[in-house]
Amino acid sequence: MIERHPMDQLLREDRIPHIWCSGCGLGTSLTAFISAIQASGVPLDKISVVSGIGCTGRVAGYVKLDSFHTTHGRAIPFAVGLHLANPSLKVVVFSGDGDLIAIGGNHFIHSARRNLDLTIICVNNFNYGMTGGQGGPTTPIGAKTTTTPYGNFEFPFNIPHLAAASGATYVARWTALDARRLKKSIQEAFLKRGFSVVEIISPCPTLFGRFNRQGTGLDILNSYRENTVIQHGADPAKVAIEPDGKIIVGKFVDIERPTFLDLVNEGLKGKVEVSYEKPQPEEVTVPSADE
Amino acid sequence: MESNAAVLTGEHFITGNEACAEGALAAGCRFFAGYPITPSTEVAEHLSKRLPQVGGTFIQMEDELASMNAILGASWAGMKTMTATSGPGFSLMMENLGLGVMLETPCVLVNIQRGGPSTGLPTLVGQGDMMQARWGSHGPYEIIALSPSSPQEIFDFTIKAFNLSEQFRVPTLVMSDEVVGHMTEKVTVPAPEDIKLTYRKTPKVPPEEYLPYEADEDLVPAMALAGQGYGMHVTGLTHDRKGYPVISEEAQIELVERLVYKIRKNRDKIIEYREEECEGADVIVCAYGISARTCLLPIGMAREEGIKVGLLKLIVVWPFPEEHIDQLAEGVKGFVVPEINYGQISLEVERCAHGKAKVIHVPHAGGGIHDPTKVLEAIRRAAK
Repeated sequence: MIERHPMDQLLREDRIPHIWCSGCGLGTSLTAFISAIQASGVPLDKISVVSGIGCTGRVAGYVKLDSFHTTHGRAIPFAVGLHLANPSLKVVVFSGDGDLIAIGGNHFIHSARRNLDLTIICVNNFNYGMTGGQGGPTTPIGAKTTTTPYGNFEFPFNIPHLAAASGATYVARWTALDARRLKKSIQEAFLKRGFSVVEIISPCPTLFGRFNRQGTGLDILNSYRENTVIQHGADPAKVAIEPDGKIIVGKFVDIERPTFLDLVNEGLKGKVEVSYEKPQPEEVTVPSADE
Repeated sequence: MESNAAVLTGEHFITGNEACAEGALAAGCRFFAGYPITPSTEVAEHLSKRLPQVGGTFIQMEDELASMNAILGASWAGMKTMTATSGPGFSLMMENLGLGVMLETPCVLVNIQRGGPSTGLPTLVGQGDMMQARWGSHGPYEIIALSPSSPQEIFDFTIKAFNLSEQFRVPTLVMSDEVVGHMTEKVTVPAPEDIKLTYRKTPKVPPEEYLPYEADEDLVPAMALAGQGYGMHVTGLTHDRKGYPVISEEAQIELVERLVYKIRKNRDKIIEYREEECEGADVIVCAYGISARTCLLPIGMAREEGIKVGLLKLIVVWPFPEEHIDQLAEGVKGFVVPEINYGQISLEVERCAHGKAKVIHVPHAGGGIHDPTKVLEAIRRAAK
C-alpha cells in the first residue's frame, strides 16, 4: 500500500511531474521551503507564495497554497500589495536571480530599504535557465553562456551584500547541498519580522554547468562539498563568489529594525484621527462542503 | 475639506485631481500605490493624506511598474485599489495592466493625460493616450475606459470605474487630462447611502470545489481572496479553469475568447454616453474629456448660424459605442471629432460610420485646447 508523502498536502499533485531538469537544485530548494513552513506552525491558509518568471518562477505553480505567478521581475511589488492590504498574511517571494536581481532589481533594493515584512527566496543558478542559458546579473566573470560566447565581461552582483546594504534584516546563503541548514534558515527567515533574504546556490547542469564544464548535477554538488565554507556572521561585502574561489555560506545578517508597517503605525499615532476601523478585506464566508 | 470621513458629503470647491481621489475614497478604495508624475501627482498627494484617515494604505512605490503590480496584489487581498499616473508612467504600467487583464483583477488606473510623445509637455494637456488605453499592453484583450470632462465628472466617473472594474473583473481606466485634473470647480459629494457600490463576486462553493476561472453566464468568474483557504493558483500564463498553465491553442482560445467576450457581450451594461440635440441634427460633434467642453462654444456659434448641431459626449470610451455611431450615421451629414491628438477616436467614429457620413477630425498637438474657430470651421464643412 502506498502511503501519502507528508509533503503531498503542500504540493499540487495534479501538476507533477514538474518541468525542472534532473540535477537541478530547485527540487531541494522547494523541499526545504515546504519543510520549513510546515515546521513554522504558521497556518497554511495564511501563506501566499509569489513568483516571477523563470525556472524558479514555476515554484508558485507547484505549491498548494495561495500562489501567484506574476510577470518577469514583478513578484516583489505584487507581494508588497498582498502584504500591505492584509498584513495577517505571510507572503513569500520565491524566484530566481535574473528575475529578482536584474529585471526586478529596483523592487528588491527598495523593498529592502523600506523593510517590508516579506521573505525572499532567491535561487541563484548564475544564468537564465528557462530561456536557454543566457548570462545574467550573477554570471561570474569569464563564464560562458549563450550570450557570453567569449566569456562574461561583466562583474556580477554579490546578492547578500546587495540585500544587506539595502536594509534587509536577515540575510543567509546556502547551496542546494545544505538541505537541512537551508530548511532551518528558510524557517528563520520566514518567521523573521522584516525583509529577509535567503540565497540558494543551485546547480544548472543542463545549461550553465554544461557550458562551463562543471559536469553532472552530482559533480556540481560534490564541488559544493569541496569548495564551500560556512562562516556565520561573515561581512556580506566579503562573500562575493569569485571564479575558482571558495563559496562562503551561512547566516550573515540577523538584526532588528522597525518594519515599514511599524513605522506607519507609530508615525500616524496622534497625527491622524482615524474615522473608520482599519478595514479588513471583505468578510466573506467560505462555504463548507456539508452545505 | 476638514472632515476625515471617507465620504465628504456636501459641496466643495476642489481640483479635478482632488475630486478623483475623493471619488476613489467614496467608492471604497482603501489602497493606493503610485509614483509622482506631473500632472497627476496631486491625486497621490491627496490620498497620502486622506487614506490614513479612513484606515487605508498609501504607498509611494519605486516606479510605475511596481505601482501597477502593488495594486494588483492588494486587490487579491480583497482591497479596492487604484493608481494614478501620466505620460511615461502610463507606458510603464502597460506591462502589468496586461497581467491585471489576464488574472482578472479589479483595480482602477487613472491617467491624467499630458502632451507627448516621450517626456513631451509634463505640465500641459494632451489626449494622445486614447489608443494606448485600448491597445497598450501586448496581446488581444478588451478594456474599459471612461473619460471625464470636469471635476464633478471625475469624482462620479471614478466611482463608476470602480464599480465596472469590480463587476467585470477587469482593470478600468479613467482617461482624464491635465486641464480637467488641474481645473478647480464645484463638486457635489452625495451622502454615502446615495452612492451605489459594487463588489466582485465571491465563491459560492467550498475550496475543494472551487475553480478560479470557471465563469458564470455573464462570463465573469467568482474571485477568492488570499488568506481565505481557497489555496488558488493564478498565473499570467494562459491557463485553464483551474488556473493552471496550459500552453496550447485550445486553452488560449477558450481563455482569451472569454476575456474578450466578457466585455463585448456585456457592452450594453458598460457603454454610456450623453446626447444633446442629436435628433434631427445635420452634424454631430463627438467628443470626450476636456474637448467635450471646449466644443460647446463652437457648437453654439454654429447653431447661431442656423446649422443643426448635436453633441455626442462619450462617458465610456472603451468599449466604443459602435452600434450607436452606426445608427447616428444614417441621419447626419457628418461627424466632427475634436481631440488633442492627430486622430484616435476619430478613426473609431469613421470605422463605425461605415461611410454613411463624413467624419472630420480636428487635430491638436497638445499643450492647449482647441481654437473654437477651427471646430466651427469643421462643423460648417461637415454641414455641407
